[in-house]
Amino acid sequence: MHKIISPVALLLVSIIFLLMGCGDKQQQDVIKVGLIVELTGDMPGVGASSKNAAQMAVAEQNSVGGISIGGKPYQIELVVEDNASKADQSVAAVNKLITQDNVVAIVGPNASLGAIPAAEIAEYNKTLLITPWSTNPKTTLDITTGKPKTFVFRACYTDPFEGRVLARFVLEKLKAKKVAVLYDVASEAPKSQADLFRLTFEELGGKTVAFETYTTGDRDFSAQLTKIKSANPDVIFLPAYYNDVGLIAQQAHRAGIKQPFVGSDAWSSPELIKLSDGTVEGDYFANHYASDIATPTAKKFIDSYAKQFGNIPDDVAALTYDSMGLLFSAIKKSTSLDRKVVRDSLATIVDFSGVTGDIKFSSGSGDPVKSAVIMQVKGDKFVWVMNAAP
Amino acid sequence: MSEGIIYWLQQALNAFQLGSIYALIALGYTMVYGILTMINFAHGDVFMIGAFFCFLLSSLLGLSFIPTLLLTMLGTALLGVMIERLAYKPLRQAPKVSAIITALGVGMFLENFTLALAPYPKQVPLLLENVTWDVYGISISSIQIVIISLSLLLMLLLDYIVQRTSIGMAMRAISWDKTIVPLMGIPVDLIISITFAIGAGLAGAAGTMYALAYPVIDPYMGVMVGWKAFICAVVGGIGNIRGAMIGAFILGTVEIMVVAFLPSTFRDFVAFTLLMLLIMIRPYGILGKPRIQKV
Repeated sequence: MHKIISPVALLLVSIIFLLMGCGDKQQQDVIKVGLIVELTGDMPGVGASSKNAAQMAVAEQNSVGGISIGGKPYQIELVVEDNASKADQSVAAVNKLITQDNVVAIVGPNASLGAIPAAEIAEYNKTLLITPWSTNPKTTLDITTGKPKTFVFRACYTDPFEGRVLARFVLEKLKAKKVAVLYDVASEAPKSQADLFRLTFEELGGKTVAFETYTTGDRDFSAQLTKIKSANPDVIFLPAYYNDVGLIAQQAHRAGIKQPFVGSDAWSSPELIKLSDGTVEGDYFANHYASDIATPTAKKFIDSYAKQFGNIPDDVAALTYDSMGLLFSAIKKSTSLDRKVVRDSLATIVDFSGVTGDIKFSSGSGDPVKSAVIMQVKGDKFVWVMNAAP
Repeated sequence: MSEGIIYWLQQALNAFQLGSIYALIALGYTMVYGILTMINFAHGDVFMIGAFFCFLLSSLLGLSFIPTLLLTMLGTALLGVMIERLAYKPLRQAPKVSAIITALGVGMFLENFTLALAPYPKQVPLLLENVTWDVYGISISSIQIVIISLSLLLMLLLDYIVQRTSIGMAMRAISWDKTIVPLMGIPVDLIISITFAIGAGLAGAAGTMYALAYPVIDPYMGVMVGWKAFICAVVGGIGNIRGAMIGAFILGTVEIMVVAFLPSTFRDFVAFTLLMLLIMIRPYGILGKPRIQKV
């Protein structure tokens, strides 16, 4: 609907281009890493977190002397590209990073909307791409063969995984027998979470009493909520973005719905608390990491991020930091800076302990083996409840 | 009462609330069209600005509901007049297409201006204490009652202004014939400005009530709602004020009832198919009359 690029974005892009132009000094001693983030467009918050975390990871690595390969030390140079939260600009950014900047590997984009097309280009050009936050299965799958892509990895779990984890949680921990589901049918992540949730929940013996949808941009949910209310579920599964959650939860509250909501990782924004006005108090959602049960690795990251940027890092920041960490570990294990060699090192990582938990890759798949955390909304905080795997 | 009837009445109440808000916005489209035969595509965004005014007044100045509503209406009315004077008046003799393109441009300007100042969705503070009553199993909230009664009051007021006052008579005269009316000593520019002020003021009221009912607002919220309100105006017969109200309640009812009795995915598809059929049967809308026009 609104594909007009604002003059500000154009100016930003041209400044970035200018800066790139003068970054060619000491080409032999640096390892160039590309970063594609959503600095403008629909999700500037995601882009900002991701960029902060990536820059922090690079600065930390450089401050300990960079990475040495074959005894020769290299500094890391981060090349940041804005994709304006759009698919076409993500493709342009990947092409530019691969052919013009000649990066060793790329981190990003974060949202699946940009990550899926970007992953296609990276795979075609045989360049390693790690997306921190894209949970869509298609990102790491070859669309034509259905097999895993060779050069594309992610630091997060996938949507179907999350749907299964939450179904088990709702049935076994919340002891719910009947659920209602309400999700955005025009958005891929909520749709695949809703489908897999329903499938798993019914396999485990639960009953779906209402399976309702809405479309991106809807504000009035009264009809769906009235339907859900009359179906009388024990729990309502709401895999929706936090701004939708704010509206839906408040309308549900007014319609006299008292049942708890259970949500997805799309809930995990501090904005949720403000936008829902206390109506999601006590509700649960799945997330990639919990800042309140931090391991020593996570604690160090959270403290230093909070000191530099003045806020607790969100899941995008944590996952970007882990993506950079995975990439650095892979480069350290490599004998050369050949893109294929670095990729092979990453594919065989088994002992990476990151901010979001232990991550390993196996059997050539770009999807990591890791677990999710279940969080609960308490006051103005998200509190860790348990770790969960399906 | 049986559960089926309760469910049905609850959904009817939902439909009435949605229809009221569509109606307030649709009136602005239809009034401007009636007078200038121009589609003011910026109107949905004036509605959005109304919601943001409401947010600013209530969260920053901490005003209560009535002052917020009145100041918001005043603010959007001034904005409406300003848009007309700066953007549309210089083009009054230009081809209709230029005016429509300009209206689209004004809409995009308002969206992106707001986006530059407020890139994240905002939560509007609760302006009225929300009480939910249980009447024979139907939940009725105080906010629903306020929205429905206030909208009806504003619509009656507008109908009175247009049908019973001299300003309203001048408006109807201009929409009848623009060339003769100035010869009779009617200040056309002033009447056009008043029309824009009233239309935009109603959009401001709609924005406030929308923010009351759906308290998360963002710069693009006016786009879809604006289109839907425009469709309501067309279905009712664009240019006809009572038609716009009828069109709005039809769309509100169809949208809610489709979700109530069919899978919710069918909503827009069924709603708009029905509206297209209606337009095929009555091309000038329910209360519209044929007139020769070029766009």
